[in-house]
Amino acid sequence: MSVALDDHERAMLAGEDGAGAALAMRLVLLAADALQAERLIPISRAHVDSCLHHGQASQDFVDRLLAGGATVRVPTTLNVGTLDLLHPELWRGSAEAAARGRRLMESYEALGCRPTFTCAPYQLPDARPARGEQVAWAESNAIVFCNSVLGARTERYGDFTDIACAITGRVPDAGLHRDAARHATVVLRLAADVPAELREDDGLYPVLGIVLGRTAAAQVTVVDGLLRVSEDRLKAICAAAASSGSVAMFHVVGSTPEAPTLDAALGGRTPQREVEITLDELRAARDALSAGSGAALGDAIGAVSLGTPHASAAELAAIAAELEGDRVAPGVELLVSTSRGVMEMEAAGEPISRLREAGAEILVDTCSYLGPILRPTPLPTMTDSGKWAYYAPGNIGARVVFGSRRECIRSAVTGRLWRDAAVWGSH
Amino acid sequence: MRGRVLFDGEARGAALVLREPLSLWGGLDPETGVLIDAHHPQRGAVLTDRVLVMSGGRGSSSSSSVLVEAIRTGSAPAAILLSEPDLILAVGAAVGEELYGRRIPVLALDATDLAGIADGTPLRITTGGEVHAG
Repeated sequence: MSVALDDHERAMLAGEDGAGAALAMRLVLLAADALQAERLIPISRAHVDSCLHHGQASQDFVDRLLAGGATVRVPTTLNVGTLDLLHPELWRGSAEAAARGRRLMESYEALGCRPTFTCAPYQLPDARPARGEQVAWAESNAIVFCNSVLGARTERYGDFTDIACAITGRVPDAGLHRDAARHATVVLRLAADVPAELREDDGLYPVLGIVLGRTAAAQVTVVDGLLRVSEDRLKAICAAAASSGSVAMFHVVGSTPEAPTLDAALGGRTPQREVEITLDELRAARDALSAGSGAALGDAIGAVSLGTPHASAAELAAIAAELEGDRVAPGVELLVSTSRGVMEMEAAGEPISRLREAGAEILVDTCSYLGPILRPTPLPTMTDSGKWAYYAPGNIGARVVFGSRRECIRSAVTGRLWRDAAVWGSH
Repeated sequence: MRGRVLFDGEARGAALVLREPLSLWGGLDPETGVLIDAHHPQRGAVLTDRVLVMSGGRGSSSSSSVLVEAIRTGSAPAAILLSEPDLILAVGAAVGEELYGRRIPVLALDATDLAGIADGTPLRITTGGEVHAG
């Protein structure tokens, strides 16, 4: 093993902090080897995704850590679990599956993690790392957001590695923890034929994320030529890009902290590739997200799922405003996912009341594409999330139609698939 | 051929060459070993006991859990060969060994070497990252 360890790290590996910490240190060292790091560095926080039940293996692993006396060494937030612990009645699966999901979530709390249960920990003011902070974050959208939008530093940590870093308080000194890997090597621009109406529409950003993920693969990309992009729109890019590609970081000139200029994002170097995305390519990417649904304009829809990643207070307010006092059509389920942390924020109180009055359900602690939460329907389900559109067909067999928030809400109110032709053109 | 060892081990199996990267989360059913990603051109392929050959692991950070669960149920691939080093899969393989005692080697190969592997080729992987045909 080529990683140099200090005395404390060697002691942890030798089991002086218990068998759980020793197992965690073995995993951190394996990650360090994979990333060819020469040493480990301390972290100030972690965000852990391992609390979602993927089978008996999930529980077997955390039981091993608990039996070994492990506990987290840094403030650690938790990603979504299997079920909404605050609204358990929304679970439509078996009682056994709910119990397994709950037990795993509680086991991670027992390791000392905060029960935040959100894929958007960056929306919680006290969980948001500052620019330059070294952290270990898991959950693909959160990783991209952490690096790109916050300018904090994490590699792409996955299940097991995330909690191992939290227990040891260490990460490999490699990859995106270091300056060199954070500069863009690909430049992406929207072509001149992409109209201003589309650039100002929420529906563009998940589609742009899908295209970015596919274009970039694992390279850092800088998007040039956009006007100031809001944090929630950046979030939509993050989630979609991490679904269609192995993206861990991107820049948007003028909107993300390490890209005040194109040259800064590129680290002063010439890009390896420059890619222009046309309106037709965006339309094709948008249509591909709905391709498996077989749905056409005007078709009856069964459900609408919003809030993937978890809706911010501002997004909850925007959804409530978009409803304009209308009610969800009879027979249509409108489900909005957010976090228990956001739900408790003052700014979220009134929008949530209005959403419930309109007939919407609010889901926390989990996501509607992870298990049996939506009412089963043979009809299409609409979403404004590129990530939800990407994964829901495989995960829960949904017939997904992707649309902007406005398209989703208008469809939920009328019960029929509606498109805003003014934004995407008549094609 | 020799790859960089991400997780060491020995394995034997026929190559399953994926034309696009696969996220095991949302992409592999750990109960059956079937590729379930609706967007993947090889949907329906069975990964069990094959030497999985793909450029990268793509996407979700939950892929390590799905790999360990597949190791537990016995539906996992025999080995994973990549061109992009992937710590998510390497750590999954390590946890699989810690919990269930079955080693699935994970290697990073030179992209040209990886591209030269034809689907269905019988492969043997020995410790230290050696990949042999037959």
